Amino acid sequence: MSIGHTLLGLLEHGPRHGYDLKRAYDEHFGHDRPLHYGQVYATLSRLLKNGLIEEHGVEHGGGPDRKRYAVTTDGVTDVQQWLTTPEKPELYMQSTLYTKVVIALMSARDAEVVLDTQRHAHLKAMRALTTRKAHGDLADQLICDHALFHLEADLRWLELTAARLNDLRKQVTS
Amino acid sequence: MSQPLLNATGIVKAFGPTKALDGANMSVHAGEVVAVMGPSGSGKSTMLHCLAGIIAPDAGTVTYDGRDLGAMPDQPRSTLRRTEFGFVFQFGQLVPELTCVENVALPMRLGGMRRREAEAKARDWLGRLEVGDVASKRPGEVSGGQGQRVAVARALVTGPKVIFADEPTGALDSLNGEHVMRMLTDAAKETGAAVILVTHEPRVAAYSDREVIVRDGHTRQVEFA
Repeated sequence: MSIGHTLLGLLEHGPRHGYDLKRAYDEHFGHDRPLHYGQVYATLSRLLKNGLIEEHGVEHGGGPDRKRYAVTTDGVTDVQQWLTTPEKPELYMQSTLYTKVVIALMSARDAEVVLDTQRHAHLKAMRALTTRKAHGDLADQLICDHALFHLEADLRWLELTAARLNDLRKQVTS
Repeated sequence: MSQPLLNATGIVKAFGPTKALDGANMSVHAGEVVAVMGPSGSGKSTMLHCLAGIIAPDAGTVTYDGRDLGAMPDQPRSTLRRTEFGFVFQFGQLVPELTCVENVALPMRLGGMRRREAEAKARDWLGRLEVGDVASKRPGEVSGGQGQRVAVARALVTGPKVIFADEPTGALDSLNGEHVMRMLTDAAKETGAAVILVTHEPRVAAYSDREVIVRDGHTRQVEFA
C-alpha cells in the first residue's frame, strides 16, 4: 500500500492537518493496520520536500498549533498517474506449501496430511472473515471479500494438488 | 461431548461397478453446521443421501437420534424425513405448478395440517427470509436467489432437527449465494437445527462450524484446536 499516494488522495478533498489525515486513513483503510503518527509525519515531510503538498496555514486550537497541508497540482497529477497504473499482478511462484508437499512426497511422508492441515487452517481463517463480514459495514465486507477470494484461490490449488498427488509422487521420486 | 444426532459408520455404497463410498464415517451433533467438501464425483452427495435415509448403503450403519435408519420400515422413515429433516437442493426443486407459499406449506399439508394454518406458517417463514412478496408467484416467476430462499423456507417450516443442503448456492451468483447461506445458517442457529452442507465452494463452507472431506469414497476429518 502506498501511504504517500493514499494521503495525497485524501488531501484532494481539501486541506487537512496530520492528525485529521491519520484519522481519515484509519477509518477507510486502516481496519487491521492503523497508521502510526510517525509514519504520517514522515510521509508528509517527504511529500512536502517533493513538492506534492504545501503548507496551507496553521490551525489554532486548545492544544499545540497544527499545520494544515494541501495537495499541489503536481500532487494531483501524481495521484492520477498512480490510479491509472495497474498494480503488478502477484504470481505467487514461490510457494512454501508446494515445497512442503514435494518434500513430504520425497520423504515418503503423507502429503495429504500436509494438504488437510493447510485446508483446515485456511477454512478457519475464512470462517473468522465470514463472521466479521456479517457484522461489518460495506467497506469492511469488501476488505474481507478480497481476503476471502485469495484464500479461496489457495484452497482450489490445494484441491487440485490433492487430486494430482499420485502423479506428482511419481515425478518427484523417480 | 454429547452423543451425535446423526452418526454414519463404515458406509459403503456402489453404483454398478463404481464405489461411491468405501467405508466412510461421519457424525453430526445437534445444532452444528458441518460442511461436506470434496471434488466432483468424490461421493459427498451420496454421503448426504445415505445420512438422510434417501438411499440405503450397501454396508455400514446410519443412526439418527439413536435409531438405525437401515432397520426402520419405509413408512416411519418417510415420516421421519418429512418431520425431522429439511432439504435444500441446488436447483430448489420447488413444484412449478404451485405458488411459492403453497410450496412452503406443502410439507405441513402432507402431514395433515389444514391449509389456512399451513399457509400462515409458510407466509411467516417467507417473510423471515425476506421473500414475502413472492408468496403468490410460481417458482418460474421468481429469480434464482428468491427461489432458493423459498426452498430454505420450505426446509425450515416444519422445525426440522437436521437440514440437508446439497450445493444450495451452486446455481447462484456470489452475492445471492452469500445471502442464502447467511439466511440458512442464521435460521438454523435460531431454531437449533443442525445443517449438513455439501459444497465444493470454500466460501460456502466458511459458513460451517467444521468440515469433513470426502475423497475417493473415504472421509477425512481434521481434528485441531
